[in-house]
Amino acid sequence: MSIRVRAQESNGVINIRALISHDMLVPDDDGGPHFIETVEVARNGSNVLTANWNYTVSRNPFLQTEIDGSSGDTVSISWTDNKGESDSTEVEVR
Amino acid sequence: MISTKRRVFLKGTLAAGTVGVAVGAGLLAPSKLLAAWPSEAFGAEGLEAAMEAVTGSSDIADGDVTLSAPEIAENGAVVPVSIESGLDNVTEMAVFVELNNQPLTAHYVLADGAHANVSGRIRMGESSNVVAAVKSGDTWYKTVQEVKVTVGGCGG
Repeated sequence: MSIRVRAQESNGVINIRALISHDMLVPDDDGGPHFIETVEVARNGSNVLTANWNYTVSRNPFLQTEIDGSSGDTVSISWTDNKGESDSTEVEVR
Repeated sequence: MISTKRRVFLKGTLAAGTVGVAVGAGLLAPSKLLAAWPSEAFGAEGLEAAMEAVTGSSDIADGDVTLSAPEIAENGAVVPVSIESGLDNVTEMAVFVELNNQPLTAHYVLADGAHANVSGRIRMGESSNVVAAVKSGDTWYKTVQEVKVTVGGCGG
C-alpha cells in the first residue's frame, strides 16, 4: 500500500495530486468488491475535502484537487475501504 | 485476457446492481450524504434514482459546471474525468455514468478552503452519458457529456 502525494502552492492555491495504490476490485473479482469508499483531504489537520467513491473508480485511483493554503502547510490524505483497511500519508506543501 | 476482464466487470456490475436495488429501496435523505459513505446513493440503479438519491431530484438544471472527459475513451477501465465550477459556495459535487449499473461513481463534499475542482479516473462499462453535478448554496446544477468507449475497454 502506498499513497504518493504532490502538493504545490501557487498564488495562495495548493494543487494536490494523489496516486493511491489499491486494486479497487469490482464485485465479481476474486475477493471483490474491495474498494476505497472514502478519501479525506486535510490541510493542517482540518478536513477540506471528502471523496466518497464507488468501485467504478479506476484501479490505483488518482485524485487531483485545489485548496486554499500556502507553502509550508501540511496536507494529509487518508483513505478507508469497504473492508476496513486504511492508509494515510502527510506531505509538506512546496 | 482483456476480454475476460471485460466479462468479469460486466457481470460484477450487473450483480451489484441487483443488490443495489434492494439496498436503495429504502428511504433516501440527501442530508445523510454529508456524514457516512452514502450506500443508498451508490447502490441506486439507473441514473434517475441515483441522481435523486444524491440531489433530491432527477431533474436538475444545466448550469455553470464544466466536465472534462474524452469524447472517445479507448479504455473504459481508465477514463479521466474532471469537474469544475465557477459557482459560489459549492459544497458538493458528484459524477454519474448513466449506463453503469450503479451510476453514482464519485461524490465529493467540500469544506472551507476547497475549490470546486476535482479530477479522477473512472470505469465505464460502455459508451454512455456522463453527468457532473454541483451543489451551490441549496441548488444543484449539472452538465452532461457523452463518452464513447471503444473496443478493448472495460465493458461492452
